[in-house]
Amino acid sequence: MQLEYSIEGGDFSHAGFASSQVKRVLKQLNVDPKLIKRVVVCLYEAEVNVVAHAYSGIIHVLINTNEIVMKLVDKGPGIPDISLAMQKGYSTASDKVREMGFGAGMGLPNIQHNADDFKISSNVGEGTNLEITIKL
Amino acid sequence: MDKRELHHVLKILPEVCIGCSNCMRVCPTHALRISNGKAILYPNRCIDCGECYRVCPVNAIIVEQDDFNIIFEYKRRVALIPAVLLGQFSEDVTTDDIHTVLIQLGFTDVFEVENSADFVGEYINKYLADPDKPKPVISSFCPAIVRLIQVKYPALVDNIMLLKPPLDLSAMYYKKMLMEQGVGEEDIGIFYVTPCAAKIAAVKSPVGEDKSEISGVINMDFIYNKVLKVYKNRDKEYEALNRETACNPKNLMWSLTNGEANFVKAKCLAIDSLDNAMEFLDKVENQEIGDVDFLEIRACDESCAGGVLTTGNRFLTVQRLKSFFNDEKANFDDDKANISICNKYRDYLVGRISVEPIAPRGIDKLDDDMTKAMKKMERINRIMCYLPGIDCGSCGAPTCQTLAEDIVHGRAAISHCIFLQKTMEQIPMLNPSHSFRIMEKIWGKERFQKDCSKAKTYRIRR
Repeated sequence: MQLEYSIEGGDFSHAGFASSQVKRVLKQLNVDPKLIKRVVVCLYEAEVNVVAHAYSGIIHVLINTNEIVMKLVDKGPGIPDISLAMQKGYSTASDKVREMGFGAGMGLPNIQHNADDFKISSNVGEGTNLEITIKL
Repeated sequence: MDKRELHHVLKILPEVCIGCSNCMRVCPTHALRISNGKAILYPNRCIDCGECYRVCPVNAIIVEQDDFNIIFEYKRRVALIPAVLLGQFSEDVTTDDIHTVLIQLGFTDVFEVENSADFVGEYINKYLADPDKPKPVISSFCPAIVRLIQVKYPALVDNIMLLKPPLDLSAMYYKKMLMEQGVGEEDIGIFYVTPCAAKIAAVKSPVGEDKSEISGVINMDFIYNKVLKVYKNRDKEYEALNRETACNPKNLMWSLTNGEANFVKAKCLAIDSLDNAMEFLDKVENQEIGDVDFLEIRACDESCAGGVLTTGNRFLTVQRLKSFFNDEKANFDDDKANISICNKYRDYLVGRISVEPIAPRGIDKLDDDMTKAMKKMERINRIMCYLPGIDCGSCGAPTCQTLAEDIVHGRAAISHCIFLQKTMEQIPMLNPSHSFRIMEKIWGKERFQKDCSKAKTYRIRR
């Protein structure tokens, strides 16, 4: 089963739409609530990242009986130093974003912590790709 | 999963039900359908919130209550009354009057539920201080909210606070007190005057405990009528009894919105009404809410003042309780106000304050088996392509999505949709007289006959 959502950069008021929809689907599929929680944490953090940093993005969610794979592909400035971005507390978020309660520098580390498999690649000036896998 | 049978206190009387579908439209968990011109309930989805009871124009939905005479099976008959009972009456009816009427009705003792509120408040703060408890901790006070979380937000059951509400603590306190006076446990009957259906369900099939401390439940509207009757017919000889003990005034507001939150020292929010609750729980489940330690959530607007079995207007009830609170506070001894009466039996009560972890019973799953659930979901999505998406309810289900789910579960047919009937008649795949019979089967034959009583029956909603 495949689901697809688009994200618009800067649209914080709709951040969380995809994770909430995916949550609804997983509940219907009788996925363990504890796993749903992890999926929602990962996807929400990843969504907010795209909203906060990129211009636009697409989310693909693949669901089968073994795993849930979430791919986020964005068009944006990209991440120059991924290892730095993976450090807890490191953030390039603007003051405006921080004022809205985002940008604490916990996003990517939190995703990695909750995912069974996590891949990230980025091209500066083009965008960032995430692949988050949660095993069922 | 909880193996015990769920006890629902809301019952539909088929002989009274006119199949108007008001109840189906307001049910927050989509537990109601219309079939053969009558409302039917899917028990596993019901959370006993009573929204259906509120909107039924013909009183076809009733709240089961114990026969009043069962109180006489006990030697000591304790009426446990919540503060909102007082708020039902205009200011000339005093607590002494209510007390007097309850004694006249046959109770031997009257005790306010809120007597243990400060004690529970203290233990909520202790509970919140435990770093191992998943935050935000959600209050267990409102049984409709506990049930809502079990069925709609199963991922949040671990957030429900595993402490008993003041009702149970006050019952235990009073029972203990009587037993110390030499009254046998089997001689003590504790009866709760309830403002809502969910509290009855919580007494009859408690979540997280084996057996409730409460012997029986009496609906508040019943007591309301009795009190007013005695009060209005009082003669010159009438003299109100004096209450021996008064409840600590700071406890009185507990069942109103912010009542619990006011006792909590951590960061907390108070939310009332089911729509607000669901909107917020959705956000909690999405992990969008950080930085909140405690959520006071009540199913009714204005919390228990808006309970489905209350008679008074909820805003007036709140106002009366607030003014009563101010009067009482002025008369109440400050030293006494800071010590809970529960201190007397602290160890006994603390040993019994916890409840067992609460089991989820999610209703959203389409099948236990994920492969089958995925197939069903694909089918639902295909059906949804054809349904009009206006949630008109003409099929006897509250929304197009619920009809699609019912079809997949074999409980309904695609031809129940009036839009698809029209389409099928055009092709023609469906004979108009057949489609007429389908609608008759859902709504009953009478719904298609001229009936001038509707202007009367469809009275203004409460």
